[in-house]
Amino acid sequence: MIALTINGEPRRFERVLTVSELLDQLALTGKRVAIERNGEIVPRGRFALEHIAEGDKLEIVVAVGGG
Amino acid sequence: MDTLNIAGQAYSSRLLVGTGKYKDFEQTRAAVEASGAQIVTVAIRRTNIGQNPNEPSLLEALPPNRFTILPNTAGCYTGQDAIRTLRLARELLDGHSLVKLEVLGDPATLYPNVVETLSAAQTLVKEGFHVMVYTSDDPIIAKQLEEIGCVAVMPLASLIGSGMGILNPWNLQIIIENAKVPVLVDAGVGTASDAAIAMELGCDGVLMNTAIAAAKDPVLMASAMRKAVEAGREAYLAGRMPKKLYSATASSPTTGTIAPIQGKAA
Repeated sequence: MIALTINGEPRRFERVLTVSELLDQLALTGKRVAIERNGEIVPRGRFALEHIAEGDKLEIVVAVGGG
Repeated sequence: MDTLNIAGQAYSSRLLVGTGKYKDFEQTRAAVEASGAQIVTVAIRRTNIGQNPNEPSLLEALPPNRFTILPNTAGCYTGQDAIRTLRLARELLDGHSLVKLEVLGDPATLYPNVVETLSAAQTLVKEGFHVMVYTSDDPIIAKQLEEIGCVAVMPLASLIGSGMGILNPWNLQIIIENAKVPVLVDAGVGTASDAAIAMELGCDGVLMNTAIAAAKDPVLMASAMRKAVEAGREAYLAGRMPKKLYSATASSPTTGTIAPIQGKAA
């Protein structure tokens, strides 16, 4: 089990995942999102390559209405 | 053609609109269309993480290939949060570099924190962002933001969401006179005449959200704002007549009027 914080919420996963696999589990595959991992941007081109690790803090954002 | 030029791009519309506070994305899209805006602001927020997989997406209603999407840092109270937000926005929008920086100082007034704004602007410009910056109507700060390399300076007319209109046209005029980059009024416009006044002062554009979204009929107000910005711009370019208190000059000929009838009081 690994424990992460995603958008401020604690989440647990069975095993180490790539960012792509994580997005799949969160039903976010194909959505236009951007991800920050422990304060650093994860470029979209690295989603399939980068693995999340125990204790990671992720921010996953979208564009919403705003002024 | 008279265009608004920002970071090397020419825009025929001088009205920029926000996308917040609408009933739904359909209304957002209709209002944006009616406004004629080519640049639309969006906020960057945490997505739901699986709780609502079929949530509609704003960027489907407003596709980035049709509109210039201007991500903002609304809700950021530190320069650091604003910088992180815009780095995420750049990634989200495929390397898009035109952004709106706002660092707020106080949740009650949403007044900008200009100290944090200046330092965040410095970092963002160094990182290659084209920064349109929300600021107070302080002419010195506006000039400093320009000198840092911001591509547009956007002073408030009055507080965000207040609809109080243009409270200090004199400061705006000083900012406009001193600026070599576009100056846009951002925040405080309440109705069409406010937008026209901003443009008549010589602003290069107006950015608004609540004035349209909180109108009873947002789509109709969006159309009114489009006309007001165009009218104000044309009036500015035309050059208004001087104000002449107590030196009236009639528009009609002063000679050749018919004679009064003798002996009859008017």
